[in-house]
Amino acid sequence: MTSVQLTVNGAAVELFVEPRTLLVDVLRDHLGLTGTHVGCAYGVCGACTVVVDGLPVRSCLMLAAQADGAQVKTVEGLADAGDMSALQEAFHNEHGLQCGFCTPGLLCSLTALQEGDDDVSETHLDDVIAGHLCRCTGYAGIRRASRVAFGFPTSPRETS
Amino acid sequence: MRPAPFDLVAPSTLDDALAAVGDGVDTRPLAGGQSLIAMMNLRLAVPEKLIDLGRITELSSIDVNDTHIHIGAMATQARVERHPDVVARTPLVAEALGHVGHWQIRTRGTIGGNLAHADPASELPAVMLALDAVYHVRSGSGSRTILASDFNLGPYSTALTEDELLVGIDVPCLGVGETTAIVEVSRVAGAYALAGAAVWCRMNDDTCVASRIAVFATGSRAVRVSAAEGAVRNARLDGRAIKAASSATTSTIPVHADIHATEAQRQHLLGVVVARALGVAKARASLVAS
Repeated sequence: MTSVQLTVNGAAVELFVEPRTLLVDVLRDHLGLTGTHVGCAYGVCGACTVVVDGLPVRSCLMLAAQADGAQVKTVEGLADAGDMSALQEAFHNEHGLQCGFCTPGLLCSLTALQEGDDDVSETHLDDVIAGHLCRCTGYAGIRRASRVAFGFPTSPRETS
Repeated sequence: MRPAPFDLVAPSTLDDALAAVGDGVDTRPLAGGQSLIAMMNLRLAVPEKLIDLGRITELSSIDVNDTHIHIGAMATQARVERHPDVVARTPLVAEALGHVGHWQIRTRGTIGGNLAHADPASELPAVMLALDAVYHVRSGSGSRTILASDFNLGPYSTALTEDELLVGIDVPCLGVGETTAIVEVSRVAGAYALAGAAVWCRMNDDTCVASRIAVFATGSRAVRVSAAEGAVRNARLDGRAIKAASSATTSTIPVHADIHATEAQRQHLLGVVVARALGVAKARASLVAS
């Protein structure tokens, strides 16, 4: 067993896991943070994306042991005492989700983008969204929500 | 699915890692894991032991001198892509990285991991061929360099021996009059390319005095296309020369068929990406010259 120390949504945790244990399984099975979803488990769908040391990461492609010492933020860490973040509000208001399976990953990627140093263009937003498979919304609501959250102008009927 | 059990070591120095690589059991170095862990999740790879290189800080440096940028094997793709010196001095590397997976993959994926994994559809081996980069390799018994043209042997196969680690790569900086471009066709952003081309040209006004044209995602490994390079050598890089290079590529480079494209489709796309890449490179040269 390997000892792994993480800070998850601000709380320090110590875990004892097999080397093969994935970060996503630690979050879901050990810590009960089931907001992080497992989709494809090989890095393509984006459902398991969390924020590790400020950057979006596929938690299905990271061993828990590789995250030893890291700061991890999951979808459970985005709201502040029950108040949704501005990004979450925008997803709620703009129909950025339907079934919600892809939503935690999208919120984590976009949160990392918001909190990072890069100047964000609308093209950049689309590139980041392209890293997540959504099979409900057709992406129109996701794109609109992200534009609202990042302060870009939107038209309410924008569908592409 | 999840990975089969394995032993894990996470050395903090390169020397300790090199000692672990050569220990005889079925050992795989773990860089960013964006290909290897995926393969392990699918049980396509079942190594007995992993050596996590992520704690070796000396492998993630990015150093610039007058002629080259040295990129440490463990530098993440997302960091390299945004590095001001890489963007300014070796723009082809930054441009190519935009095609590697998505940002959420490139935050963990590394330059060295990508190159050592040697996926035939990967952009970076072709970029290194086009830029004439030099691979730096270490083992417990010494170090050596491998030319880009000698590094890739076939699908997922490189000139690295079992006790060696790729520690970094030297990429020549773009010189005066030199221009580059990479173009690929894939069905959706972030997906594997169906065909791609990376080109480097040295221009004298409108004339291409030297070039390196590399293609990827069409066969067992990225290769240079000598017939296409011959077609543009000392030629005015216009539509006629570009067409000749494109035709020379499709007539000399064998392509494979798979579920994504037939042989005829892929051969056609190969000609298209070579032509487009040369056109973009030419346009960029014009922009600088004007």
